[in-house]
Amino acid sequence: MASITMKDLVKAYGNVEVLHHVAGEIEDGELIVIVGPSGCGKSTLLRMIAGLETITSGDVKIGDKIVNDLEPAERDIAMVFQNYALYPHMSVRENMAYGLKIRKIAKDEIEQRVQEAADILEIREYLDRKPRQLSGGQRQRVAMGRAIVRNPQVFLFDEPLSNLDAKLRVQMRLEIRKLQQRLGVTSIYVTHDQVEAMTLGDRLMVLNGGYVEQFGTPIELYNRPATLFVAGFIGSPSMNFLPATADSGILKFGKAASIPSANHAAGAVTLGIRPEHLVHDDAGPIKITVQMSEHLGANTLIHGVLEGTDTDFVASMLGHVTADPGSTMSFSALTENLHIFDAASGKRIEG
Amino acid sequence: MIENRPVLNIASHAVLIIGIVIVALPIWITFVAATHDPVRMTQAPIPMLPGGHFWENFTQTLFGGGLSGTESAPVWRMLLNSLMMALMISFGKIAISLLSAFAIVYFKFPFRMGFFWLIFITLMLPVEVRILPTFEVVADLGMLNSYWGLSIPLIASATATFMFRQVFLTIPDEMLESARIDGAGPLRFFWDILIPLSRTNIAALFVILFIYGWNQYLWPLLITTETDMTTIVMSIKQMLEAAEQSPQWNIIMMTALLAMIPPVFVVVAMQRLFVQGLTETDK
Repeated sequence: MASITMKDLVKAYGNVEVLHHVAGEIEDGELIVIVGPSGCGKSTLLRMIAGLETITSGDVKIGDKIVNDLEPAERDIAMVFQNYALYPHMSVRENMAYGLKIRKIAKDEIEQRVQEAADILEIREYLDRKPRQLSGGQRQRVAMGRAIVRNPQVFLFDEPLSNLDAKLRVQMRLEIRKLQQRLGVTSIYVTHDQVEAMTLGDRLMVLNGGYVEQFGTPIELYNRPATLFVAGFIGSPSMNFLPATADSGILKFGKAASIPSANHAAGAVTLGIRPEHLVHDDAGPIKITVQMSEHLGANTLIHGVLEGTDTDFVASMLGHVTADPGSTMSFSALTENLHIFDAASGKRIEG
Repeated sequence: MIENRPVLNIASHAVLIIGIVIVALPIWITFVAATHDPVRMTQAPIPMLPGGHFWENFTQTLFGGGLSGTESAPVWRMLLNSLMMALMISFGKIAISLLSAFAIVYFKFPFRMGFFWLIFITLMLPVEVRILPTFEVVADLGMLNSYWGLSIPLIASATATFMFRQVFLTIPDEMLESARIDGAGPLRFFWDILIPLSRTNIAALFVILFIYGWNQYLWPLLITTETDMTTIVMSIKQMLEAAEQSPQWNIIMMTALLAMIPPVFVVVAMQRLFVQGLTETDK
């Protein structure tokens, strides 16, 4: 068990810097999710912690030891890969035992640890099979088993569920969470799926273009996104953004519409409102020309544009709501549910 | 084409059988010739059915002096020489090209691609082109009339290096990373992961190289002067011209038959791996 400290981490390939001064502390036993769109550097960051990529500058500390120059095997970590990376010519048992065998651990102890891990993951009956005789979900379990038997200080997960189908993914997500809590091992989990990130992580690190946009609990990220990017990335369907002008507590947007806010911002801003925070209100200031509606059963998504403009707008209403294309609907929103961002920098402007 | 018509079945079988007959006829004649006495084989027309001297010819060829009236080594000795040469060539080639492909794919060192192309260029220098300098080197090293002299000049192989390079490139990077996290060093990774994963390719290459080595003619002809070191393939040719008499077809054909057996055995024994190695892409 150990904490992890990332200090001013930079990764550059030649002159191209792909990770810019990433910093963060991960506490003992925490599960951190690194999330971001593809190409944002999240896998690179994980692989730097694992020791599979060199560190251009900065430090990675596991416990209180700087591990920059240690080989992956010496860092006391275990990693689960997206395509499992099981050795195809070895049985499940040999796959799980391989790392221990190299470490010259006694045979009966290896056997005991493999059995324990197999019990935890319920893969006991597959121990003598080859990986190709297993389904995707079973292979994923074996990959996790290989990590568990090592009894490491840190688990690293690199998009472990993206090769599974949707249903299995939800199930395995829960199992990973339970397993992590049961073993209490500090874990870093990389994904591009924001739902996975929100449900799994104690805290989330949102990366975009090699920069840390925000690092906080899922609820913090949802309630108080630090940037436009985080606001748009977290939450589904994603937040509506309207260009607006702020002037002494009043936000003007669209065609002569305005809404009061408790914010002191002034000048050009971007106003963000989550679809689920819109309230149907005939006297409301936000008027939408409906284009189509999606009925999801529990709720209805109404897609349209802000009246008189071509800014796309989505509203999520509970239950079954009918709205004819072409008609106009009005909404209001609570002041505390308005997010205001600087129009130029995209940074959140706090009240 | 999946059709189920009796006429078509018969026709396709007929075509296949005709093909087999054409291919197998020379081998049949070889076999027939090896079962007659020396006189019968010089009379026209040559016999098409086996005679009764098979065992007699067999023992004389394998253990006797081979041709009567010459000083050639017994054929079992030639078979042993050929076998040693073919095995040394195939194992040597496989070992060296596995290692050089491993270095080229998994290690970063200066002029890596330069070395790769240098190896590749040697494809343009088969034994026949460099035969005089190679002979000089082998002679200076005192390797004439030895197994080392027979095999070493033929061991370096650009083709095999290139093939293993392609095989290693298809193995996903995660396999290496996973092994690194497991604590396997380069040699351990090579031995525990790479070699088992290229097992079928090694087998396929072994078959090809064994036959290549077995069939060497020019090089053994040059560097062996002692009858004890002659290989079977070059000896068959020499038997034809031996001793200023008419060729003893029964002995020569028996030798040819014996020379065919080891390559056939290797192909049959490793057929399954051979086909897998050339077609399988699943890693």
